This record gives sequence, structure tokens and C-alpha cells, in this order.
Amino acid sequence: MTAVPSEVRQLADQEYQYGFSTDLDTDVVPRGLSEDVITMISAKKNEPDWLLQWRLQAFRHWLTMEEPGWQNVDYGPIDYQDIIYYAAPKPKASLSSLDEVDPEVREMFDKLGISLAEQERLSGVAVDAIVDSVSVATTASKRLAEVGVIFCSFSDAVQKHPDLVRTYLGSVVPYRDNFFATLNSAVFTDGSFCYIPKGVKCPMELSTYFRINTADTGQFERTLIVAEDQATVSYLEGCTAPMRDNHQLHAAVVELVAMEGAEIKYSTVQNWYPGDAEGKGGVYNFVTKRGKCAGANSKISWTQVETGSSITWKYPGVVLQGDDSVGEFYSVALSANHQQADTGTKMIHIGKNTRSTIVSKAISAGHGQNTYRGLVKVLRSAEGARNYTRCDSLLIGSECGAHTFPYIEAKNSTAQIEHEATTSKVSEDQLFYCRQRGIAEEDATAMIVNGFCREVFKELPMEFAVEAQRLLDVSLEGSVG
Amino acid sequence: MLRIENLRAAVGDKLILRGVNLEVPPGEVHAIMGPNGSGKSTLAHVLAGSDAYDLTGDVHYNGIDLLALSPEARAAAGVFLAFQHPMEIPGVGNLYFLRTALNSIRKVRGLDELGAVDFLAEAREKMKLVEMDPSFMSRSVNEGFSGGEKKRNEILQMAILEPSLAILDETDSGLDIDALRVVANGVNALRGPERSMLVITHHQRLLDYVVPDRVHVMADGRIVTSGDKGLARELEEHGYTSQGPADAGRPEAVGVVS
Repeated sequence: MTAVPSEVRQLADQEYQYGFSTDLDTDVVPRGLSEDVITMISAKKNEPDWLLQWRLQAFRHWLTMEEPGWQNVDYGPIDYQDIIYYAAPKPKASLSSLDEVDPEVREMFDKLGISLAEQERLSGVAVDAIVDSVSVATTASKRLAEVGVIFCSFSDAVQKHPDLVRTYLGSVVPYRDNFFATLNSAVFTDGSFCYIPKGVKCPMELSTYFRINTADTGQFERTLIVAEDQATVSYLEGCTAPMRDNHQLHAAVVELVAMEGAEIKYSTVQNWYPGDAEGKGGVYNFVTKRGKCAGANSKISWTQVETGSSITWKYPGVVLQGDDSVGEFYSVALSANHQQADTGTKMIHIGKNTRSTIVSKAISAGHGQNTYRGLVKVLRSAEGARNYTRCDSLLIGSECGAHTFPYIEAKNSTAQIEHEATTSKVSEDQLFYCRQRGIAEEDATAMIVNGFCREVFKELPMEFAVEAQRLLDVSLEGSVG
Repeated sequence: MLRIENLRAAVGDKLILRGVNLEVPPGEVHAIMGPNGSGKSTLAHVLAGSDAYDLTGDVHYNGIDLLALSPEARAAAGVFLAFQHPMEIPGVGNLYFLRTALNSIRKVRGLDELGAVDFLAEAREKMKLVEMDPSFMSRSVNEGFSGGEKKRNEILQMAILEPSLAILDETDSGLDIDALRVVANGVNALRGPERSMLVITHHQRLLDYVVPDRVHVMADGRIVTSGDKGLARELEEHGYTSQGPADAGRPEAVGVVS
């Protein structure tokens, strides 16, 4: 067969549909990072002194650290003194109900397809909406409070539930963890907090929607989810950003804690602005996500669909501390245009009979480079630990790349670890077969890609699965010339 | 009516079809036989719209210039190819695939899309034709199917898409006698006054079940001999070698012999 069809090459020309920006009256701190800036952020948020001290400790430690260089991505130097670390839409007044949310903010979310009012009334999903550095609205909090579930912005949690925050903040990702997590610990601005008390099955999906709006702003949010004994929760996270010519930094930290018999399911559909066809602009997404199965028989499941960002650097992991605990990681990562993704997971087996499953589906198109990097570590104590890993890569066109770096460390001889990996191309023969049946080339490509991802999509909550499929279709759009 | 005139197909310097001429009137079943490498499968793929070849010549189908159309447009115009090696599409349900295909074609023809429920009823009916177990519908397209199951799946697709020109590329290869009978029954049930079929095969065996109106023999990129169903039996007895230049004078021969 001859060269790659032009339709497939034009995958690079995909349109980003969330690229608008909104004019909001915004409160920002001066560019750059110093103890003064951190103190100013902390003061703006009216934080207790222990939290300010924690931030400053992190900052001092960060000054001694070097930006990591081991990842398989390529980007210019980041000037950390040229970033705005705090930007908040100025509230008209303090909010007592959703009706008081700034109409411009509401409109922005409507445009993103997330009607805050409707979310509250119609769907079984509670939403925390975060613009730049602060949470602008949290829906359904009252209904959740009736069963004892706390779901609020991180800032609110610091004010209203300081003991819980103090107990768990940094308990899974300590402030010294890594360069980006340490930076986040120093400057994090807002995020979601979620606490499910003992024995409670959270009655609805919880969801946070992140939006970077202000130019030159970094977003450093921090999410903390704690599920007490036998509690269960399903949590969704979505992200977008305006199209801007310069890069924006997003360095978030997510910590999950699951006590005995608890289950946390964390799903992400990440659609940060990926940059244009030449690789100009786009979000640098350096994120640390980790869960701790602290109690026996607990379970943490990460599902991620990564279609955005110019650079993705994230390894949602699970520390399997409790005996018989279960960790799962299901991932679809698409890199088109000049996007680069270095993503995967870490499964740390500590408890007995702990099990982990990793399913990674990487799709590369255009000049996209996709790397799976995963660590499966079985400590001496993890008698009978099991892991199953499957990494599949799908290439569309001939100018993209797929790479796999699995790391396996087993210190207990009873461990069973399986690793399977495949690399395939959307073949001309498959496309011809579909087209011969009447299915247009673009639809056929989308169908084959969606089929490739099905194992992961079926792990997503219903509404999200549809959203994820649509996102992939959009990302593969513009393919028929 | 399908009319092929002086069709040539090449890959690079290599000429595979060297001037094929053929007419298939509506409602007729024509068999194309010939040894390996004679160009039979290439002819099938070229008719279905494969872009792997450089082409010259004309193919007219019901007055349409077939070679000018994309594969999907040909499908919408009623052309169907039962593949010799059907593709596997992991993760895509068979039923979903078929409904997408049918609705894509219906859309081009200006018909309403068929809903999931109506489609399922229709698919169940057609599955009986090829004695296919309903469990196949929820499995991924051809993934993990045996050779026979894949071929039955092709005939099922044909039954659902109801083409007016069906090209069967070695549908009998790799089938045991029971599977062959099932497939042949399916094909026969789809014969009709408006549906032309081009049945490509190595073996006489299939033609015992699917009795053709005409038989053509291909060799070295051309049709060298044509005849009625008796020709297939002769080939079975004497082999393809007897269809060389010495037989060029046969009354039924239309091909030009090299």
C-alpha cells in the first residue's frame, strides 16, 4: 500500500472547541513566587497558621529541588517567576446559593456544556466548579450533607473542617514527594474536598470541573478524598482551558484515602488545550495523583481519558497497604498534533494478597508521542501479591510514536506479575473493510479507535463514557478532506 | 448490469490485470475460476474500490462509472464484497458494526436510520439464514471467529445490506462440507432477479451448490474462456492447464489468449 492517506495525516488539524476565554473581573497576585506571595495567598484565603507553615516548608524544600528530566517529553524551560500563582474571579458578594453565582461565570459553564443550575436540579451529579484558582460553585452540597457526605471546595474545607484537612493533607503525597507536587504544596489555591463517613455509599456521582481562564496563570489545585470504613464514592473530574499562544502550567495534586472495605473510583476526562497544529501553546500538565488503600479489602480505581494538554506527565498510583486491597488503573491517552504524553501508573504492593490491574491504551496520531511508564513494586511483606498489566498502543499515520517503559520490582517470591503489550496500526485493510460496508473513512477510523478503547470506556460512569467517546470523535475529526 | 471493459490493474511495474472484459446481466450468477495468482482476487478488490492499484479501463454499473466512486459510495450504490480474509475489529460489536454500515448506506439513499430494536429483529431473521448463533452479535467483529464463522458472518452482512451486486471472493476456501452447505444455502436464498453475483472460487465444489449461469476462467490477468456451468466440471476433470492456447478455439471462448 502507498503512503498514509491525507485524511489520516490531517488528524493534526483537529479543532479545540473549548478555546474561548471569558472576561471576568479577576483578582490576581503579582507574577512570580516568593515567601511573600505564598503568605499573601494564604492570607487571602484566611488560612490557619499551620497551613501557612506547611506551605512555606514546602517552598523552602522546593528551592533545593531540581526539575525532573527523566521523562520522555521535550519542552523548553519553564520560568517559574513568570507565572501568576493566584487568580480568582472577583465574587460580587459571598454566595449563599447558586443563584448568586456571577452570571458571567454561569454563562462560561453553560458554554462548556455544564449548566450549574441544571446539574443541581436534574442530574444525579454534584459539581464543584473551579475557575483558575478558586471554586466558584459547589452544587448539591445540602443533599449530600443529609447523609453526612462533605463535598466542598478545599478552601471551605480548611475553614469548616480544619481537623480533617490537617489529618489527611500530605498523608498520601507528602510535600517532599516530587518537584511538581512540592511546588503545588507551596502554592495550591483551591480544589475539591470530599469526605464519606463510615458505611455511607455516596448517593450521587461527585464531580469537579476545572477551568483555567486567566492568561499566564498556573493552576495548582489540590483534591483530597477520604472514604471511611465501608464507604464508597465515585468521583469525576473534567478540565478545559482557553486557547492561548503561550504555555500554561497545571501542577495538581490528588490524594485519595480508602479505609477498611472502602471503595473510591476516580475518573478523569482531561481535555486541556493541547496547543495548535504546529505545537504552539497548550497546557503543561504535571500532575501527581495517588491513592492509599489504607484499610484491608479496600479498593481504589483510577480511570483516565487524556485527550488534551501539550504535555501530559502523570502517574496515578495506588499504595496497596491494607491486606487484600485492590488497585486499578484504566487509561486512554491520545496524542495528536505535537502532543506528548508520558503517563502510566505506580502500583505499590505492601499488604498480603493485594491485587492490581493496569490497562493502558495509547493512541498516537499526527506527530504525537505517547509513552507508557508504569511501576509495579512488590515489597517483601506482600505475600501472594498479583498484578496484571496490559499496554496496547495504536498508531495512526507514520509520523507518530509509541513507547513503553514498564518497571517491575518484586521482593516477594510468591508474587505473580503478568505484563502484556501490543502495538498496532489502524490498518488500510481494516479501513477498506469498513468502507466497503458503506462506512465513511472518518467514521470508520473513529469506530476502530473507540473499539480499541472499549475496555477502558466501560469502566467510566455512563455519562462520562458518552462524553469520552464524543471527545475522541472530535479529536479525530477533520480527517476527511 | 455490470460491464467491465479492458480493465488493467498494476502495482508499481507489475501488471496484474491485463485487460479484463466481462458483462454480468441483472439476476445472473457468474463464477470466476482460475489458478492462484491469475488475478481473481485483485478483480474483486478493484471492483470494491481498493486504492492499492493503478487502474485503466472502464467499469460501468447500472450506468454509473464505478471506478470514480469511493468504496463507501460503491457500497451505497449496491456493491458488496464478501472478503476472502474478513478483517477483525477488536472492541467493536458485530451488531453495532452492521447497524452502522446499514444506516450509513440508508442515509446516502435518503432513507431513515433503522433503530436498534427494528434492526435487531431484522438481524435475528437473517441470522437464521446462515444458522448463526445470536451470541455472535455481541462479540467483536470477526475477533476470535473460526474461518467458517467469519465466512458465515460475511454472508450475514450481505443478507442485511441486500446489495444488488455481490462479489464473493473465495467464500468457500477453508470451509468443511457442512459449513459450505450452510454458506451456499445462504447465498442461494439471496439470489433474485435484481441481484447479480460474481462468485470467485478455486473449486468446482461450491458450484455444485451455487449453480452459476456462466463460468469464466481467468489466467494471467485475463478472462481466457467462458462457458456455461459445464465448463466448471470440465475444469475439475482436466485442470486449468487444458485452458491454454490449445483450447482457444472452443466455441464458447470469448477471452483473448496470450
